[in-house]
Amino acid sequence: MPTILVEVMPKAEILDPQGKAVAGALSRLGKDRYTGVRIGKRFELTVDGPVDDAMLAEVREIAEDMLANTVIEDVVSISVTE
Amino acid sequence: MKIGVITFPGSLDDRDAQRAVRLAGAEPVALWHGDHDLHGVDAIVLPGGFSYGDYLRAGAIASHAPIMAEVIDAANAGMPVLGICNGFQMLAEARLLPGAHTRNAHQQFIRRDQKLSVENADTAWTNQYETGAEIIIPLKNADGRFVADDETIRRIEGNGQVVFRYVDVNPNGSMNDIAGVSNERGNVVGLMPHPEHATEPGFGPDMTDAMRSGTDGLAFFTSAIATLTRV
Repeated sequence: MPTILVEVMPKAEILDPQGKAVAGALSRLGKDRYTGVRIGKRFELTVDGPVDDAMLAEVREIAEDMLANTVIEDVVSISVTE
Repeated sequence: MKIGVITFPGSLDDRDAQRAVRLAGAEPVALWHGDHDLHGVDAIVLPGGFSYGDYLRAGAIASHAPIMAEVIDAANAGMPVLGICNGFQMLAEARLLPGAHTRNAHQQFIRRDQKLSVENADTAWTNQYETGAEIIIPLKNADGRFVADDETIRRIEGNGQVVFRYVDVNPNGSMNDIAGVSNERGNVVGLMPHPEHATEPGFGPDMTDAMRSGTDGLAFFTSAIATLTRV
Protein backbone atom coordinates (compact mmCIF):
# COMPACT_ATOMS: atom_id res chain seq x y z
CA MET A 1 0.00 0.00 0.00
CA PRO A 2 1.74 3.22 -1.10
CA THR A 3 2.08 5.94 1.53
CA ILE A 4 2.75 9.59 0.80
CA LEU A 5 4.83 11.26 3.49
CA VAL A 6 4.48 14.98 4.11
CA GLU A 7 6.87 16.67 6.52
CA VAL A 8 6.11 20.08 8.00
CA MET A 9 8.42 22.19 10.17
CA PRO A 10 7.91 25.49 11.96
CA LYS A 11 9.66 28.28 10.06
CA ALA A 12 13.19 28.98 11.29
CA GLU A 13 12.30 32.43 12.61
CA ILE A 14 9.26 31.19 14.57
CA LEU A 15 9.82 30.46 18.26
CA ASP A 16 9.23 26.74 18.91
CA PRO A 17 8.57 26.54 22.66
CA GLN A 18 8.02 22.77 22.54
CA GLY A 19 11.42 22.22 20.91
CA LYS A 20 12.97 24.53 23.47
CA ALA A 21 11.46 22.47 26.29
CA VAL A 22 13.00 19.28 24.85
CA ALA A 23 16.36 21.04 24.40
CA GLY A 24 16.20 22.06 28.06
CA ALA A 25 15.47 18.47 29.13
CA LEU A 26 18.42 17.15 27.07
CA SER A 27 20.81 19.58 28.69
CA ARG A 28 19.51 18.66 32.15
CA LEU A 29 20.25 15.01 31.28
CA GLY A 30 23.85 15.96 30.51
CA LYS A 31 23.36 15.55 26.74
CA ASP A 32 24.91 18.91 26.15
CA ARG A 33 26.26 18.55 22.61
CA TYR A 34 22.92 19.53 21.08
CA THR A 35 22.48 23.25 20.65
CA GLY A 36 18.87 23.22 19.55
CA VAL A 37 15.77 21.07 19.03
CA ARG A 38 12.85 21.90 16.77
CA ILE A 39 9.71 19.80 16.55
CA GLY A 40 7.79 19.32 13.32
CA LYS A 41 5.07 17.05 11.99
CA ARG A 42 5.03 14.05 9.68
CA PHE A 43 1.80 13.12 7.90
CA GLU A 44 1.31 9.68 6.30
CA LEU A 45 -1.36 9.61 3.61
CA THR A 46 -2.14 6.06 2.50
CA VAL A 47 -3.74 5.34 -0.87
CA ASP A 48 -5.15 2.22 -2.50
CA GLY A 49 -3.87 2.60 -6.02
CA PRO A 50 -0.65 3.82 -7.62
CA VAL A 51 0.67 7.31 -6.90
CA ASP A 52 0.96 9.44 -10.03
CA ASP A 53 2.10 13.00 -10.67
CA ALA A 54 -1.45 14.34 -10.51
CA MET A 55 -1.90 12.87 -7.03
CA LEU A 56 1.42 14.27 -5.86
CA ALA A 57 0.39 17.68 -7.18
CA GLU A 58 -2.86 17.39 -5.24
CA VAL A 59 -0.97 16.40 -2.07
CA ARG A 60 1.29 19.43 -2.54
CA GLU A 61 -1.86 21.58 -2.67
CA ILE A 62 -3.35 19.89 0.43
CA ALA A 63 -0.03 20.29 2.24
CA GLU A 64 0.24 24.01 1.51
CA ASP A 65 -3.47 24.75 2.13
CA MET A 66 -4.24 22.61 5.14
CA LEU A 67 -1.52 20.36 6.59
CA ALA A 68 0.76 23.37 7.02
CA ASN A 69 -0.08 26.96 7.83
CA THR A 70 2.48 28.66 5.61
CA VAL A 71 2.40 31.79 7.78
CA ILE A 72 4.27 29.85 10.47
CA GLU A 73 5.29 26.53 8.87
CA ASP A 74 7.05 25.18 5.76
CA VAL A 75 6.31 21.97 3.86
CA VAL A 76 9.86 20.60 3.83
CA SER A 77 9.32 17.37 1.92
CA ILE A 78 6.79 15.21 0.11
CA SER A 79 7.85 11.65 -0.71
CA VAL A 80 6.37 8.22 -1.45
CA THR A 81 7.09 4.89 0.27
CA GLU A 82 5.62 1.43 -0.36
CA MET B 1 -31.06 42.79 14.09
CA LYS B 2 -29.83 39.19 14.05
CA ILE B 3 -26.32 38.18 15.11
CA GLY B 4 -25.42 34.55 14.47
CA VAL B 5 -23.14 32.55 16.76
CA ILE B 6 -21.66 29.43 15.18
CA THR B 7 -21.34 26.30 17.30
CA PHE B 8 -18.43 24.02 16.34
CA PRO B 9 -17.72 20.61 17.90
CA GLY B 10 -15.85 21.76 21.01
CA SER B 11 -17.14 25.34 21.24
CA LEU B 12 -17.41 26.42 24.89
CA ASP B 13 -18.48 30.03 24.77
CA ASP B 14 -21.24 29.97 22.17
CA ARG B 15 -23.97 30.35 24.81
CA ASP B 16 -22.13 33.22 26.50
CA ALA B 17 -21.74 34.93 23.12
CA GLN B 18 -25.46 34.49 22.43
CA ARG B 19 -26.24 35.99 25.84
CA ALA B 20 -23.91 38.94 25.16
CA VAL B 21 -25.71 39.56 21.86
CA ARG B 22 -29.06 39.63 23.68
CA LEU B 23 -27.74 41.92 26.43
CA ALA B 24 -26.50 44.31 23.75
CA GLY B 25 -29.98 44.47 22.22
CA ALA B 26 -29.82 42.17 19.21
CA GLU B 27 -31.37 38.79 18.53
CA PRO B 28 -28.90 35.88 18.80
CA VAL B 29 -29.24 33.11 16.24
CA ALA B 30 -27.57 29.73 16.83
CA LEU B 31 -25.72 28.57 13.70
CA TRP B 32 -24.26 25.10 13.15
CA HIS B 33 -20.80 24.36 11.72
CA GLY B 34 -22.10 21.54 9.52
CA ASP B 35 -24.75 23.64 7.74
CA HIS B 36 -24.42 25.73 4.61
CA ASP B 37 -26.92 28.28 5.95
CA LEU B 38 -26.45 31.62 7.75
CA HIS B 39 -30.23 31.87 8.46
CA GLY B 40 -30.37 35.48 7.31
CA VAL B 41 -28.16 36.92 10.06
CA ASP B 42 -26.69 40.43 9.82
CA ALA B 43 -23.42 39.65 11.64
CA ILE B 44 -21.53 36.55 12.80
CA VAL B 45 -19.57 35.59 15.91
CA LEU B 46 -17.12 32.67 15.89
CA PRO B 47 -16.91 31.81 19.59
CA GLY B 48 -14.12 30.55 21.80
CA GLY B 49 -13.37 27.15 23.21
CA PHE B 50 -12.01 24.41 21.00
CA SER B 51 -12.98 22.91 17.63
CA TYR B 52 -12.49 19.47 16.12
CA GLY B 53 -10.02 18.78 18.95
CA ASP B 54 -7.76 21.49 17.48
CA TYR B 55 -5.73 18.47 16.36
CA LEU B 56 -3.93 19.90 13.35
CA ARG B 57 -3.47 23.44 14.68
CA ALA B 58 -5.88 25.51 16.77
CA GLY B 59 -8.83 26.41 14.52
CA ALA B 60 -7.30 24.77 11.45
CA ILE B 61 -9.87 22.06 10.76
CA ALA B 62 -12.75 24.36 11.74
CA SER B 63 -11.58 26.88 9.14
CA HIS B 64 -12.57 24.25 6.53
CA ALA B 65 -15.98 23.48 8.13
CA PRO B 66 -18.98 23.54 5.76
CA ILE B 67 -20.41 26.83 7.09
CA MET B 68 -17.05 28.58 6.62
CA ALA B 69 -17.72 28.81 2.88
CA GLU B 70 -20.70 31.07 3.65
CA VAL B 71 -18.77 32.93 6.38
CA ILE B 72 -15.92 33.70 3.98
CA ASP B 73 -18.33 34.95 1.29
CA ALA B 74 -20.22 37.10 3.82
CA ALA B 75 -16.98 38.51 5.28
CA ASN B 76 -15.71 39.40 1.82
CA ALA B 77 -19.05 41.11 1.11
CA GLY B 78 -18.60 43.31 4.21
CA MET B 79 -20.67 41.57 6.88
CA PRO B 80 -19.36 42.17 10.43
CA VAL B 81 -17.57 39.01 11.62
CA LEU B 82 -15.98 38.64 15.07
CA GLY B 83 -13.65 35.82 16.06
CA ILE B 84 -13.00 35.31 19.76
CA CYS B 85 -10.04 33.15 20.89
CA ASN B 86 -10.55 29.86 18.97
CA GLY B 87 -12.72 31.90 16.57
CA PHE B 88 -9.79 34.28 16.03
CA GLN B 89 -7.57 31.28 15.28
CA MET B 90 -10.16 30.05 12.73
CA LEU B 91 -10.30 33.44 10.98
CA ALA B 92 -6.50 33.51 10.77
CA GLU B 93 -6.44 29.93 9.43
CA ALA B 94 -9.12 30.90 6.89
CA ARG B 95 -6.88 33.85 5.85
CA LEU B 96 -9.64 36.33 6.60
CA LEU B 97 -7.25 37.90 9.11
CA PRO B 98 -3.46 38.35 8.93
CA GLY B 99 -1.00 36.36 11.04
CA ALA B 100 -1.22 33.06 12.87
CA HIS B 101 -1.10 31.64 16.39
CA THR B 102 1.41 29.39 18.09
CA ARG B 103 1.75 27.91 21.57
CA ASN B 104 2.16 30.54 24.30
CA ALA B 105 5.86 31.42 24.63
CA HIS B 106 5.88 30.20 28.27
CA GLN B 107 4.22 26.87 27.23
CA GLN B 108 1.40 27.18 29.76
CA PHE B 109 -2.32 27.73 29.62
CA ILE B 110 -3.12 31.14 31.08
CA ARG B 111 -6.33 32.64 32.47
CA ARG B 112 -6.39 36.22 33.72
CA ASP B 113 -8.42 39.42 33.65
CA GLN B 114 -6.44 41.20 30.95
CA LYS B 115 -6.05 44.91 30.34
CA LEU B 116 -6.13 45.92 26.66
CA SER B 117 -5.82 49.19 24.82
CA VAL B 118 -8.23 49.89 21.97
CA GLU B 119 -5.87 50.85 19.16
CA ASN B 120 -8.51 51.32 16.47
CA ALA B 121 -12.05 52.43 17.33
CA ASP B 122 -13.07 52.61 13.69
CA THR B 123 -13.94 48.94 13.05
CA ALA B 124 -17.33 47.24 12.88
CA TRP B 125 -16.79 45.80 16.37
CA THR B 126 -15.05 48.71 18.19
CA ASN B 127 -16.82 51.92 17.10
CA GLN B 128 -18.47 52.38 20.51
CA TYR B 129 -15.04 52.69 22.17
CA GLU B 130 -12.67 55.67 22.05
CA THR B 131 -9.30 55.05 20.44
CA GLY B 132 -6.78 54.70 23.27
CA ALA B 133 -9.40 53.48 25.76
CA GLU B 134 -8.22 50.81 28.21
CA ILE B 135 -10.56 47.92 28.93
CA ILE B 136 -10.38 44.78 31.06
CA ILE B 137 -11.80 41.49 29.75
CA PRO B 138 -10.93 37.87 30.55
CA LEU B 139 -8.25 35.98 28.64
CA LYS B 140 -7.82 32.18 28.64
CA ASN B 141 -5.74 30.29 26.11
CA ALA B 142 -2.83 27.98 25.44
CA ASP B 143 -2.19 28.89 21.80
CA GLY B 144 -2.48 32.65 21.93
CA ARG B 145 0.87 33.89 20.67
CA PHE B 146 0.16 36.10 17.64
CA VAL B 147 2.91 35.88 15.03
CA ALA B 148 3.40 37.19 11.51
CA ASP B 149 6.37 37.94 9.28
CA ASP B 150 8.05 41.37 9.46
CA GLU B 151 6.42 42.64 6.30
CA THR B 152 2.92 41.70 7.55
CA ILE B 153 3.58 43.31 10.94
CA ARG B 154 4.69 46.54 9.20
CA ARG B 155 1.65 46.49 6.94
CA ILE B 156 -0.97 45.88 9.64
CA GLU B 157 0.65 48.42 12.00
CA GLY B 158 0.64 50.98 9.15
CA ASN B 159 -2.96 50.27 8.14
CA GLY B 160 -4.41 50.48 11.64
CA GLN B 161 -5.26 46.78 11.53
CA VAL B 162 -3.86 46.26 15.04
CA VAL B 163 -7.13 46.75 16.92
CA PHE B 164 -6.11 45.70 20.46
CA ARG B 165 -2.83 45.56 22.30
CA TYR B 166 -2.03 43.92 25.66
CA VAL B 167 -1.29 46.47 28.41
CA ASP B 168 1.01 45.92 31.44
CA VAL B 169 1.44 42.18 30.76
CA ASN B 170 1.97 40.40 27.45
CA PRO B 171 0.40 37.09 28.51
CA ASN B 172 1.59 34.85 25.68
CA GLY B 173 4.56 36.44 23.90
CA SER B 174 2.51 37.92 21.03
CA MET B 175 4.52 40.06 18.63
CA ASN B 176 4.20 43.82 19.28
CA ASP B 177 1.85 42.96 22.20
CA ILE B 178 -0.89 42.38 19.59
CA ALA B 179 -4.12 41.05 21.15
CA GLY B 180 -6.47 41.57 18.20
CA VAL B 181 -6.43 42.52 14.53
CA SER B 182 -8.85 43.36 11.73
CA ASN B 183 -8.95 42.90 7.99
CA GLU B 184 -8.22 45.95 5.83
CA ARG B 185 -11.88 46.87 5.55
CA GLY B 186 -12.45 46.67 9.32
CA ASN B 187 -15.52 44.43 9.18
CA VAL B 188 -13.67 41.29 10.32
CA VAL B 189 -12.08 41.48 13.78
CA GLY B 190 -10.41 38.78 15.86
CA LEU B 191 -8.90 38.80 19.34
CA MET B 192 -7.69 36.29 21.91
CA PRO B 193 -9.42 37.71 25.04
CA HIS B 194 -13.15 37.16 25.60
CA PRO B 195 -15.43 40.23 25.47
CA GLU B 196 -18.54 38.02 25.88
CA HIS B 197 -17.40 37.19 29.43
CA ALA B 198 -17.51 40.87 30.41
CA THR B 199 -21.04 41.93 29.54
CA GLU B 200 -23.12 41.50 32.70
CA PRO B 201 -22.55 42.81 36.26
CA GLY B 202 -21.97 39.91 38.63
CA PHE B 203 -20.41 37.70 35.96
CA GLY B 204 -17.53 39.81 34.62
CA PRO B 205 -13.91 40.34 35.61
CA ASP B 206 -13.03 41.91 38.97
CA MET B 207 -12.79 45.69 38.75
CA THR B 208 -11.39 48.17 41.26
CA ASP B 209 -14.83 49.20 42.54
CA ALA B 210 -16.45 45.75 42.85
CA MET B 211 -15.76 42.08 42.24
CA ARG B 212 -17.03 40.56 38.96
CA SER B 213 -18.55 43.88 37.92
CA GLY B 214 -16.67 44.36 34.62
CA THR B 215 -18.78 44.93 31.51
CA ASP B 216 -16.10 46.37 29.22
CA GLY B 217 -16.86 43.75 26.56
CA LEU B 218 -20.46 44.80 25.89
CA ALA B 219 -19.41 47.57 23.48
CA PHE B 220 -18.16 44.95 20.97
CA PHE B 221 -21.74 43.90 20.43
CA THR B 222 -23.29 47.39 20.58
CA SER B 223 -20.63 48.44 18.04
CA ALA B 224 -21.80 45.77 15.61
CA ILE B 225 -25.40 46.88 16.12
CA ALA B 226 -24.35 50.53 15.49
CA THR B 227 -22.49 49.43 12.33
CA LEU B 228 -25.55 47.64 11.01
CA THR B 229 -27.90 50.48 11.95
CA ARG B 230 -25.72 52.99 10.09
CA VAL B 231 -25.72 51.01 6.86
